[in-house]
Amino acid sequence: MNPKRKQRLFIILGIVTGVSIAAAMIGVALKENINLFFTPSQMAAGEAPVGKSIRVGGLVVEGSVNRGDGLTLSFDVTDKAEKTTIYFDGILPDLFREGQGIIALGKVEDNGRFVAEEVLAKHDEEYMPPEVKDAIEKAGHPKGV
Amino acid sequence: MSLWDSITRLYHKFGSPKYFYELSGKLLPWFLGLTVLTLIPGVIWGLGFAPIDEEQGHSYRIIFIHVPSASIAMGGYVMMAVASAIGIIWKMKMAEMVAKAIAPIGASFTFLCLVTGAIWGKPTWNTWWVWDARLTSMLVLLFLYIGFIALQNAIENPASAAKASGILAIVGVVNLPIIKYSVNWWNTLHQPATLKITESSAIDPSMLYPLLLSITGFYCLFGLLVLLATRNEVLTREQRSRWVQQEVMK
Repeated sequence: MNPKRKQRLFIILGIVTGVSIAAAMIGVALKENINLFFTPSQMAAGEAPVGKSIRVGGLVVEGSVNRGDGLTLSFDVTDKAEKTTIYFDGILPDLFREGQGIIALGKVEDNGRFVAEEVLAKHDEEYMPPEVKDAIEKAGHPKGV
Repeated sequence: MSLWDSITRLYHKFGSPKYFYELSGKLLPWFLGLTVLTLIPGVIWGLGFAPIDEEQGHSYRIIFIHVPSASIAMGGYVMMAVASAIGIIWKMKMAEMVAKAIAPIGASFTFLCLVTGAIWGKPTWNTWWVWDARLTSMLVLLFLYIGFIALQNAIENPASAAKASGILAIVGVVNLPIIKYSVNWWNTLHQPATLKITESSAIDPSMLYPLLLSITGFYCLFGLLVLLATRNEVLTREQRSRWVQQEVMK
């Protein structure tokens, strides 16, 4: 390879390496801020600020949905370590059900309750026809295992 | 160094716009045939005949468009950046033309991916858009493509345009691992990858096969479009040469 081309090759490799390192450093520095939501463990550890708009995400705990008057309800979400109770007054997404992953946008009030303004359903990466799910359940395995 | 010699010979051959034009002319019918044979059955199978998903019902069918577009958005960007790098390092005109041809096509597939994702997100997530790491980095990819096209158009001299936009394309490569791994590195609303190379995919075979066929079809279509766009670019840039004038007069 002639020297000029070699030089250009090294300049380009240099640019790619430099930018990658810069991006990795930004990524590490912003690690927490890039996360879309707080996990119940983070909530339990008191990492979420009070009175600011935040998101909490986790799986809806089986049997934890309590419906009140009208559309008001509360339910627990878990990351399999801690639980957070979410209070909500509004329309839930179609995919909302027990065991489903959800993300709630809302605020921690002064009394420590998390009140949601909006609930989004998180979908997992699994796709299967209903018959396959029935077959798996009949065989006594929980979904997706 | 016979290997190096043959690489050099290939490089000179593929570097010649005339040779590319002739070769691509022969390849076009094959790409067209493959596209028809894979894209149409893949999409019809996926949208019309694959079974419904136990949770999402019919709305999941958008993956037969969304996943192939996302794959091409990223794969096309890699091709564009590699072609740009070859163009910059070896001053290969043909590589510059390929990179320029890919940009609007890749941008279109990125746009298609974002739009289909939003349409699926509304019924599934209950929102069209969230600023999570996956969605945001994909939007950045669209802006990178648009920036590349804008730089190409802003600079009159083709060689300078290729160099400036090429550097942007190369710098932008850093976004690709961010898109791919955003769902693993951070908490996102977007779910992790369904198709996995190293382990079995989290999708039933009755949905996987039409998806793979559809992805193949989209890639054939992408190849066909890139060939056509590159041929146009060759004719435009080489319009003063004898062979192009003869070609056009035919």
